[in-house]
Amino acid sequence: MIWASWSDFFSMGGYGFYVWGSYLVAFACIAGEIALVFNRKRTLLKHLSLIHESTKEEKRNETTS
Amino acid sequence: MAINWFNYSSPASFYFLAGKMIPPFTIAATILFAVGLYIGFFVAPTDFQQGEAYRIIFIHVPAAWMSMFLYVMMAIWAGIGLAFNTRLSSMMATAIAPTGAMFTFLALWTGALWGKPMWGAWWVWDARLTSELILLFLYIGFMSLQAAIDDPRRADKAGAVIALVGVVNIPIIYFSVKWWNTLHQGASVSITQSPKMATTMLTGMLIMSIACWMYAIAVILMRTRTIILERERHTAWVGELQGATK
Repeated sequence: MIWASWSDFFSMGGYGFYVWGSYLVAFACIAGEIALVFNRKRTLLKHLSLIHESTKEEKRNETTS
Repeated sequence: MAINWFNYSSPASFYFLAGKMIPPFTIAATILFAVGLYIGFFVAPTDFQQGEAYRIIFIHVPAAWMSMFLYVMMAIWAGIGLAFNTRLSSMMATAIAPTGAMFTFLALWTGALWGKPMWGAWWVWDARLTSELILLFLYIGFMSLQAAIDDPRRADKAGAVIALVGVVNIPIIYFSVKWWNTLHQGASVSITQSPKMATTMLTGMLIMSIACWMYAIAVILMRTRTIILERERHTAWVGELQGATK
């Protein structure tokens, strides 16, 4: 094994700040992008269902009045 | 039996095809990321010169490759959309841009964090770094130009122009290290010569590159589906889909 211990692993030969700074931001970018895409679809579907509801009501009002 | 090539070029049929394609790519990306990171951190040896700092390569190079590759794909889809007036092609181009911008930012960020310990500077106006920064501005320009135009079809045409004009920047980035020979080192991996990297390091990097590629496909297909729904919300099939999900 390359790493003697977990602390040795996290110190990354003294370059821990740079290596983990890169990988943490990489993970954050990927996780963030996935969250954004899911959020975009959810808000769209909510928006569409609101329109769907309101058009249904209009039709019901037209027929009853 | 004539193959109907254009069956999946209609947004409605592509919506369902993309839906079926996303899970396999997501699984492939997850597995390859796990394997790539394991090789990168637990198999690849310490570098005799850079010590452990070189391990940034397993995210820096895949991100840089993806930033260039995705821009070319965006330009191709934008070009097809412009030439053949096919809505779905332009939707694909619009869907690629954010992921491309993310990888470009990532390449610049990880490059800076690698450059600081090795070159002693976060940023240098080096040919490779500067052309990659221009690539980031091109992505942002594409996205903001499209966002500034209300009519999606006109936004597609405008976006296609900026995508096609900007594609000249990709060979500049790739060959910048050779033409200007400034600080950033030359290509250590090329299709023509044998690689100048240790095999485990190279394997780790290639697996991470494929992982990033699988991830990009999955995310871009998801965004394309959302764009299709946004633009086709007045159609009957979206109405049915809407009714069905109730």
